[in-house]
Amino acid sequence: MIPAAFEYYRPKDMAGVLSILEKHGDDARVMAGGHSLIPMMKLRMADVPHLIDLQDVEGMSDIEIGSDSIKIGALVTQADIIDHAALAQAAPILREAALQIADPQVRYMGTVGGNVANGDPGNDMPGLMQCLDASFTVVGQDGERTVPARDFYEAAYMTAREDDEVLTKITIPSPKGGYAYEKQKRKIGDYATAAAAVQIVKDGGCCVSASIAMTNLSDTPIFSEASGAALVGKTVDDAALKAAVSAMLGDIDPTEDNRGPVAFKNHVAGVILRRAIERAWSRA
Amino acid sequence: MSNKKHITLNVNGKTEEFLAEPRELLIYTLRERLNITGPHIGCDTSHCGACTVTIDGKSVKSCTMFSVQAEGAVITTIEGIGDPDNLHPLQNAFKEHHGLQCGYCTPGMITRATKLLEETPNPTEEEIRFGMAGNICRCTGYQNIVKSIKAAAAEMNAAKEAAE
Repeated sequence: MIPAAFEYYRPKDMAGVLSILEKHGDDARVMAGGHSLIPMMKLRMADVPHLIDLQDVEGMSDIEIGSDSIKIGALVTQADIIDHAALAQAAPILREAALQIADPQVRYMGTVGGNVANGDPGNDMPGLMQCLDASFTVVGQDGERTVPARDFYEAAYMTAREDDEVLTKITIPSPKGGYAYEKQKRKIGDYATAAAAVQIVKDGGCCVSASIAMTNLSDTPIFSEASGAALVGKTVDDAALKAAVSAMLGDIDPTEDNRGPVAFKNHVAGVILRRAIERAWSRA
Repeated sequence: MSNKKHITLNVNGKTEEFLAEPRELLIYTLRERLNITGPHIGCDTSHCGACTVTIDGKSVKSCTMFSVQAEGAVITTIEGIGDPDNLHPLQNAFKEHHGLQCGYCTPGMITRATKLLEETPNPTEEEIRFGMAGNICRCTGYQNIVKSIKAAAAEMNAAKEAAE
């Protein structure tokens, strides 16, 4: 499959990127690893007359672990996340999730920035970033602004990022407690039938905070505040698990597709969330 | 409308320079422009891994990269890994352990496996299956592919020890 012709740009800095975006408006798209965009261009489902390759733009490939937050450049790949020992120590849920994304070849190319910016409800990082209460830095002609991951997703492929802005960085408050990223998929390389990101803090045998987000069960990732709240103040027993699952089911809105009918997706979502909470609790 | 780009690649140790439209995918550059036909087009949708090549130390599906993105890169295909008179231990092991039947996926399998063994020189069966998950084989059922990679790892490790 051969995509439609396009002009190719490989600017050396963000000023160069922004000036091309300003000139061509929504006829221009930025690309990092290209493993979401290129397949869509080959299918001619994405029309990109002006393609801006970000690979030479400096300062977007670093992972910085601070005392209370972690900063991840948009061009950091899934393979970089998996290989980064200090990150695996500071936020092990990132590595656990990255290992469940696509396959080795795709993980060498696919970036965290592309995964969160694309707005594909099937992508795993958006839900994960909502669970971790991350924020995204976007830069445009008027400078930088920060958008919380929990406010970023509006609908499938629609986000708070404007067409002339570029997502450059993700900032994550250092996660605490137990964690789990649990994903059910039909086969390697497929998107989730259902996936759950869970981060739980335990104190004296009791849950003091719980953050829960779900992937590919609505047209955006779903941060389920109610589901987390159902665990707080409880020892995480069967009744608490049932309450959390039931609250989560009230927040998601799956649609029927080749991964199954709605009833099946609700069922899988419940199973996956239960497993994720149990694993996170056992690690808390 | 599109301006051709001047592209320079190092493929299997040889410098290749040409003009190409930005939309030219690397797999087509390799197969049709450079006549390097080891990397195959299987699915053409980034799933099967038959087109896997090594680009600057990463295993990449060359159907999902524009050649212009690889400007300046060092690329290795199955042709750069061994030849009939001088097989790579992986090629030899695939032959000895029946790691292939029709052979269509094999160049991608072996190219990916070279990188896997570089990163994990002594892999468990589980690590092999996980590390090879981006390559699909419709004939073998994978059993003999896993065996082949394990055997090649053992041979390469023994050769390395002998050299030390």
